[in-house]
Amino acid sequence: MTAVSLTVNGKPVSAEIEDRTLLVYFLRENLRLTGTHIGCDTSQCGACVVHVDGQPVKSCTMFAVQAEGAKITTIEGLAKDGKLHPVQEAFRENHGLQCGFCTPGMIMTAVDMIRRKPNLDRATIREELEGNICRCTGYHNIVSSIEDAARKMSAA
Amino acid sequence: MIPYAFTYHRAKSLSDAQALLATSPDAKLLAGGQTLIPTMKQRLANPQALIDISGLKELSFIRVAGDAVVIGAGTKHAAIATSADVKRAIPALAYMAAHIGDPAVRSMGTLGGALANNDPAADYPAAALALSATIKTTKRSIAADDFFTGMFSTVLEDGEIITEVSFPIPERAGYEKFRNPASRYAMAGVFVAKEKSGVRVAVTGAAPAVFRVPEMEAALAKNFTADAVAKITVPAVGMNSDIHGSAEYRAHLVTVMAKRAVELALK
Repeated sequence: MTAVSLTVNGKPVSAEIEDRTLLVYFLRENLRLTGTHIGCDTSQCGACVVHVDGQPVKSCTMFAVQAEGAKITTIEGLAKDGKLHPVQEAFRENHGLQCGFCTPGMIMTAVDMIRRKPNLDRATIREELEGNICRCTGYHNIVSSIEDAARKMSAA
Repeated sequence: MIPYAFTYHRAKSLSDAQALLATSPDAKLLAGGQTLIPTMKQRLANPQALIDISGLKELSFIRVAGDAVVIGAGTKHAAIATSADVKRAIPALAYMAAHIGDPAVRSMGTLGGALANNDPAADYPAAALALSATIKTTKRSIAADDFFTGMFSTVLEDGEIITEVSFPIPERAGYEKFRNPASRYAMAGVFVAKEKSGVRVAVTGAAPAVFRVPEMEAALAKNFTADAVAKITVPAVGMNSDIHGSAEYRAHLVTVMAKRAVELALK
């Protein structure tokens, strides 16, 4: 067992956990932040993407003890004061989801890609979604959502 | 999936990591963990302890030193892909780093981890071999030619840690891979580098371990064009053969990727 202290969505969190606890289980089971999903559990589908110190990370492929001192943002941390994040809003407006299972990871990946590449075209968006799989194959509207969000965020 | 239990240690420094390794022979180093953690989750690896070196600042740097780019072993793929220095000095290396895995994998995975793991389909072994890199460890300096010994194996000894890699700046270089449509790992990836001393061509993904193609190197030394390698094929014997592609298919891909890598090098 190891003690960890980190910040999740702006709130300090401390816990005594088994060393082998994966970050995604820590978030879902210890903190009850179940917006971060476990899809493939083999580092491929991206449903578990969160931001660790501002970088996108597959939380099924990182141990929670590695996050000591880190600032983590999950899908629950995007909306501010009851207002959806522009990327969440764009997914809603463009119907960027079908079953919704991959959506938290898609949105966390999208927020990061817009931060790194504000002038996104559709080809780049598809390339950047390399690590996120939508098994409904609803990519068309996901790409449209991200394109729309990027445009609105750069105009804002 | 939950791995077997292990004890986690966070190394405070490189010397701390060495001391921890010396006292726990069954320990593994955790660099980026993007291969190690999935392997542990599948319970294909069962280290008794993990020594986390991912946070060591002394292993994370990029500097241009004379005629080489020197990169710390703990530098993340994302940092190498976006480094202005790497893009200017060896654009093919930045391009290669930008095409490893996906954005989330690139924010964790490291240069040293990729080399030490020597996955048969990893990208870095091809870059290191083609660029005549020198791999510096806590014990010695190793030429890339001597470093890779076979599938998932290198000359690294127990307790030896890669600290930095020096990539001589080539006149030109290019990298292209053909990805498996599902796993996205290279089914064949070819790194071509035109250096003062000659041309080097290294292939990953196609065989059990990275290898060079002397016939292509000789042809490109005389005439550095895609046409020069268009008719040179590698033997199918010794290539990987599985449900994703036969040995003959992979051998064919090597020539196609070599042509495209040369074209990219000439851009």
